[in-house]
Amino acid sequence: MSQFTVEVLVTPRPGLLDPQGKAIHHALSSLGYDAVADVRVGKAIYLEVAAASPDDAVERAEEMCRKLLANPVTEDFHVTAAAADRALP
Amino acid sequence: MNVAIITFPGSNCDQDCHRSVELAGGSPRYVWHRETSLGGAEAVIVPGGFAHGDYLRPGAIARFSPIMDAVADFARAGGLIVGICNGFQVLCEAGLLPGALLRNESLCFQSHHCRMRVERSDTAFTAGYREGQVLGIPLSHADGNYFADPDTLAALEAERRVVFRYCDARGDASPDANPNGSLNNIAGIVNARGNVLGMMPHPDRAIEAVLGSVDGLPLFESLIGALARAEVA
Repeated sequence: MSQFTVEVLVTPRPGLLDPQGKAIHHALSSLGYDAVADVRVGKAIYLEVAAASPDDAVERAEEMCRKLLANPVTEDFHVTAAAADRALP
Repeated sequence: MNVAIITFPGSNCDQDCHRSVELAGGSPRYVWHRETSLGGAEAVIVPGGFAHGDYLRPGAIARFSPIMDAVADFARAGGLIVGICNGFQVLCEAGLLPGALLRNESLCFQSHHCRMRVERSDTAFTAGYREGQVLGIPLSHADGNYFADPDTLAALEAERRVVFRYCDARGDASPDANPNGSLNNIAGIVNARGNVLGMMPHPDRAIEAVLGSVDGLPLFESLIGALARAEVA
């Protein structure tokens, strides 16, 4: 078993109203950033996980997403793993 | 008529629900979320508040509290359950009601009286109201924007499972009367079997004249009345 740092990105489902993204988009537009076509806001969750391999760490984290970390009705998730000595932020 | 009021760390309407049940003639009892039994309760209320700080998502952590297995079993056995505000969010996260409560469209915490229309008076929770009756009830939430996928929403409407809808003074469920962006102005729904109700507005804060409205009290009286009828039957 090795330690892995797993990054879980939880994002609102495409097409779902994202009022936070809308508010930030509005603020960016008023700052003159006209190039921004859309803004979506999600959350990043970092887990320190003991696992046999990066794939194993990802698999464990995906199970956690299905159970707890993401709401399947409204959110998607994306999981990546790095060895703990190359820690994500 | 023993009614369990589930209390999580961060629940803050448990006492309002306790008083509501008392005024309606029932016997309320607090059940701490670490317990694993409902102790013979005949109905369950999941009250409002910010269970477990609303961390991650409202209700996401509360649904794994030890007592929730007993609540799910109670629902499956046909027991009557009311989730109010945060309690509605908990029941959705637990899969006992469909859909989810998203951040309010305005991004603002909404805390004011709203009007809602009674869509059905033939449930265990609404027998004390008239169909079409317009109630004045407070609401108080940041995440009350009801969402469900199109198929689920269509099923809710086809099966008449929307029990309360935000409306204006004339009873019209207009966009202007929608405080949070909920699909179809949905304020409260029941499960397919009709024994689990979830609603965002607070009937527990409208039970005595001093609170500015008594429109919430019939909900608790309906619940106690349904229990009394079940006992006689």
